[in-house]
Amino acid sequence: MEDERSFSDICGGRLALQRRYYSPSCREFCLSCPRLSLRSLTAVTCTVWLAAYGLFTLCENSMILSAAIFITLLGLLGYLHFVKIDQETLLIIDSLGIQMTSSYASGKESTTFIEMGKVKDIVINEAIYMQKVIYYLCILLKDPVEPHRISQVSAKPRLDCLIEVYRSCQEILAHQKATSTSP
Amino acid sequence: MVLKAFFPTCCVSVDSGLLVGRWVPEHSSAVVLAVLHFPFIPIQVKQLLAQVRQASQVGVAVLGTWCHCRQEPEESLGRFLEGLGAVFPHEPWLQLRRERGGTFWSCAVTHRQAPAAPRAPGEDQVMLIFYDQRQVLLSQLHPPTVLPDRQAGATPASTGGLAAVFDTVARSELLFRSDRFDEGPVRLSHWQSEGVEASILAELARRASGPVCLLLASLLSLVSAVGACRVFRLWPLSFLGSKLSTCEQLRHRLEHLTLIFSTRKAENSAQLMRKANTVASVLLDVALGLTLLSWLHGRSRIGHLADALVPVADLYCLKIHGLSSLWRLFRGKKWNVLRQRVDSCSYDLDQLFIGTLLFTILLFLLPTTALYYLVFTLLRLLVVAVQGLIHLLVDLINSLPLYSLGLRLCRPYRLAAGVKFRVLQHEAGRPLRLLMQINPLPYSRVMHTYRLPSCGCHPKDSWGALCRKLFFGELIYPWRQRGDKQD
Repeated sequence: MEDERSFSDICGGRLALQRRYYSPSCREFCLSCPRLSLRSLTAVTCTVWLAAYGLFTLCENSMILSAAIFITLLGLLGYLHFVKIDQETLLIIDSLGIQMTSSYASGKESTTFIEMGKVKDIVINEAIYMQKVIYYLCILLKDPVEPHRISQVSAKPRLDCLIEVYRSCQEILAHQKATSTSP
Repeated sequence: MVLKAFFPTCCVSVDSGLLVGRWVPEHSSAVVLAVLHFPFIPIQVKQLLAQVRQASQVGVAVLGTWCHCRQEPEESLGRFLEGLGAVFPHEPWLQLRRERGGTFWSCAVTHRQAPAAPRAPGEDQVMLIFYDQRQVLLSQLHPPTVLPDRQAGATPASTGGLAAVFDTVARSELLFRSDRFDEGPVRLSHWQSEGVEASILAELARRASGPVCLLLASLLSLVSAVGACRVFRLWPLSFLGSKLSTCEQLRHRLEHLTLIFSTRKAENSAQLMRKANTVASVLLDVALGLTLLSWLHGRSRIGHLADALVPVADLYCLKIHGLSSLWRLFRGKKWNVLRQRVDSCSYDLDQLFIGTLLFTILLFLLPTTALYYLVFTLLRLLVVAVQGLIHLLVDLINSLPLYSLGLRLCRPYRLAAGVKFRVLQHEAGRPLRLLMQINPLPYSRVMHTYRLPSCGCHPKDSWGALCRKLFFGELIYPWRQRGDKQD
């Protein structure tokens, strides 16, 4: 069973939440972040190249122009590979664990899997950052060294989106707790 | 709890048979290690399983049946499979079935004994998790945090369910020894059933390594005995030995070589990685040394910067001390060496007169000496900075775990930080199928875990002490290690 709804993040951008119910014990939530906008890319490239051209008129060294092109390319590749997150997925499997995947714009995927035995609870936590109040989903662990793990860091969805995910996760956790106590 | 069946991907398309593996009751998971094909004699199967259990300390048993047939099984086959449950009693009894060419599977779990508490409907669900047996066998799980009070030999069943799976597969090597071409009484299907992987070169190297290691270890012990003899502790040679970084590097390398050629086998995987990293480091060192030698040979000899600093620094140091003592004389105070403090003192008139004269002379000569000192110190700082940089570079090359990084690059499944799951095609009413893959360790953690111990080139003095020494004209040696003897 699959359905898709659109929400908005704290900056007003559009986010798409895709929910897949594979079985009563396995659910997947997929949050797609807004894509890289052409406008910001053009603006950054133009600024860098104008600055390089200004330096070139001062120094008369053509290496500056090639260096600027190089830097722009490398910077773009680095940004796409290490910074720009395309999609974040939360897969929760009853009695196995919780898996969080972030897939970057260059195709790279980084996955973390937490076993169900280490999970204490999933909560929505609020953080005050400068002048903003940000809500995020927090997985509490039983580990004394690192007691909590934050999920869905980069796409900052609003509270309504988080509540949806939170409700589904709590259903599964409750089901898992009920079955784990019985032999 | 949902029953998790870990099934190897190599057995997905084999013929029908019995499922052999281990049942972990705490996590309600059945780890299937191999499929045993018909025909078999139950007594021989039980003997083989008892053998494997004793050798590997893993509770291997027959977990259920696997049926890979053309269409719905006929009545007789169905009853035959049910009857097997009586021959090999196991609780719970797993029955996996797949149609030839079909994608979806069907699983059933039967409990022989009546359950103590009434079960909720749908609790006997089965979740199928496919895993690559070869990768799980060869990989090594790196837990995120290691508690300091946990012993090295802690039982794996008390840790997470996945660690138990990895442990089970890794310890059941005896089960994977027999392949399809053997003439044994039982026919098993597992990752090595198409033939055991081996390499002639590896085998030859293994045979030859014993006597070679013995010979080299005895040679190295001879060399280190010679190096530790009394001659080197006498003054000229010990001075040279502590000053030249060549001798220090030689000592370091000797330690490394002793580690590599020691005849003791590595006890666990961490020691094995350390040995392998040391070998790679020594080879890199040799290669870099040869490259450097050939480069220097091609160019003229690099001139040595004459160190004119020492006499100038001494002069400056003396001057500063003289100035401070005469200044104290002005104020009518004196430095008490016994009490290490400044005390008042009454001077005679002629003492005051001479003191003032000398103070004036030293004060007016101060700018000249200070300038000389400044120039030479800046030059020396440059040299010292370059030396420090080279030292840092050497340290970095020495402590780089090349073998581990190479392993992470070429065989990422060997160093596992965890696992990741992918949900395969799913149909309502069928059991959930997942694919378990190895999540490799990130490079930063590889470096952190497998770093070789370096020479420890942390400078002895902090920045404040360094500045104070510079101002007063004392000589600085920032690269000197903590344990080195003073000059």
